Amino acid sequence: MTAVAEKQVDNGVNVEALVGAREALTQAPEAAKFSWKATSKWVSGTHSRTRIKGFFGLGQQQAHKTEFTFDMDHPEIFASEDKGATPVEMVLTGLAGCLTAGVAAVAQYRKIQLRSVKATLEGSMDIQGILGIDSDVRNGFDGITVKFDIDADATKAEIEALVAQSQKRSAVYDALTNPTNVTVTVS
Amino acid sequence: MRTDVLVIGAGHAGLAMSRRLAERSIDHAVLERGEVANSWRTERWDSLRLLTPSWQSRLPGFRDPVDSPNGFRTMPETVAFIERYARAIAAPVRTHTRVISVRKTEEGYAVQTTQSAWQARAVVIASGACNIPNVPGLAKELPASIASLTPHHYRNPGQLEQGGVLVVGASATGVQLADEIQRSGRSVTLAVGEHIRVPRRYRGQDIQWWMDVAGILDTRYDETDDLERARNVPSLQLVGGPGRMLDLNALTESGVRLAGRVAGLRDGKALFSGSLANQAALSDLKMNRLLDAIDDWAARQGLDGLIRPPRRFAPTRIEASPPLSLDLEKEGIRTVLWATGFRPDHSWLDVPVFDRKGRIRHDGGVTEAPGLYLMGMPFLRRRKSALIDGAGEDARELSAHLAAFLRIYKRPRTLAASHGEMNTATSTSGQMLPPLNA
Repeated sequence: MTAVAEKQVDNGVNVEALVGAREALTQAPEAAKFSWKATSKWVSGTHSRTRIKGFFGLGQQQAHKTEFTFDMDHPEIFASEDKGATPVEMVLTGLAGCLTAGVAAVAQYRKIQLRSVKATLEGSMDIQGILGIDSDVRNGFDGITVKFDIDADATKAEIEALVAQSQKRSAVYDALTNPTNVTVTVS
Repeated sequence: MRTDVLVIGAGHAGLAMSRRLAERSIDHAVLERGEVANSWRTERWDSLRLLTPSWQSRLPGFRDPVDSPNGFRTMPETVAFIERYARAIAAPVRTHTRVISVRKTEEGYAVQTTQSAWQARAVVIASGACNIPNVPGLAKELPASIASLTPHHYRNPGQLEQGGVLVVGASATGVQLADEIQRSGRSVTLAVGEHIRVPRRYRGQDIQWWMDVAGILDTRYDETDDLERARNVPSLQLVGGPGRMLDLNALTESGVRLAGRVAGLRDGKALFSGSLANQAALSDLKMNRLLDAIDDWAARQGLDGLIRPPRRFAPTRIEASPPLSLDLEKEGIRTVLWATGFRPDHSWLDVPVFDRKGRIRHDGGVTEAPGLYLMGMPFLRRRKSALIDGAGEDARELSAHLAAFLRIYKRPRTLAASHGEMNTATSTSGQMLPPLNA
């Protein structure tokens, strides 16, 4: 035995399970095909409610332990009732959740103990686009900034590497930085 | 025609294997589709020099007096060097003998060529890792008015129309071509995905010298955490020449415009990923980890104080909002150059050793088909496996395995009888394989 004890790190991420899943899915790539689902209902005005429960993966239907609901609306300065976050804020929520999960998982894999991880996100937008005032202005964000404040047993370079690797493996980061075909139909 | 071993390809890897087989008096022939060093001769651009200094092209059984060991060979010099090697070791090369198919037979392998049919007990594939430029599928969306070119057909900037050029990919090929095309007066946009930034020289020595002496190039495939990843890292952002660091900052200074990796081509527009800043950050961090490892090694050797002190390079500069799209015709782009990597051509191999992505499955160059070996692929057995300098050690180990294989399977018909005396792993085909490092 070596004199140095194995560093105990617990960020609450089961890395062994993730590594095991990666190995299993390398052998059975079909099982890696997932489909994420959301159903949304209009409530009134600009207020809608999205429900998240089932999804598909590992070759079969799956479900969350409970159903999650998200209210989305617009603030009063848009002449709305502000019953929920705006959809674009939900996009930032998704990005924050994805990058933060990535930071925790990568930290666990690299045996870095995290104490706190705070992300502050800003998406800037010129609403002349969505209001149809100027067709040269795009509807979506013209840029997103994410600022991480991380307290961990690691050097600055190691923390920067966590954040960089988290972006490299993030689904939402990819969805926002690359084009995606979106097909909308009416039944 | 019959022999014990057929080596496919008379480049540095195939010739190194030929030398190792000769040392063991194993009867063999080297089949070459063109001339010795064919890829170096026909598939490289004019200005290319080896990315490794001349001292680092050590091949087994060869002492070649080098005029400037720290120089970087041009392609004609590289071809001449490999030709000298083939002559020096008297390699049994059959030139202009292209392999059409390799099939498994009861006695080994049937190899059909443009010249004749061969039967061999073992086959070593050394036909190169860069036979086919990897052009992404989206290239077919390119407007017909814009020329689409791969590095195999690019020779020099003079061959391109005047006007803008989009170079896709920022590894060794992409940065070198972006640089010389920009210097020719054509304005270059460089689409940058994952890339590995390294300085050409560090603390007074070439980066390859550091990686060699510090043992980084000797890291073995079976000591690597993520071999899949290690085998697929892009080439180092290097140019063969004295001192010059050809990184994204240098290109920005020469006027090249940087964009993210090409994410799509739609309605005549190239769409770029918004991930450029992170690609640059990942690369800077990776470079600094390499320099940390070099500094640690140098300190342990007591070199501090004897050589130049450690330094770190300025981070890669990325503009605040890199372009997300480029209207190719409107912006005057006349050529798109796909520096998006290469892959080997094993289409002639009719033996079921391929994975689902069409790559040969192997354990350090030993395939699942008894007697079928692979050479010269990235990180085949060690980090330097794809370098000229890596061929010798890989060939030594693989030829030892191959010799044991030939010994054990002296008479193929008695295979079943010999099973009892072997205590070794079983391959998927049910036949017995000798252990790798017997």
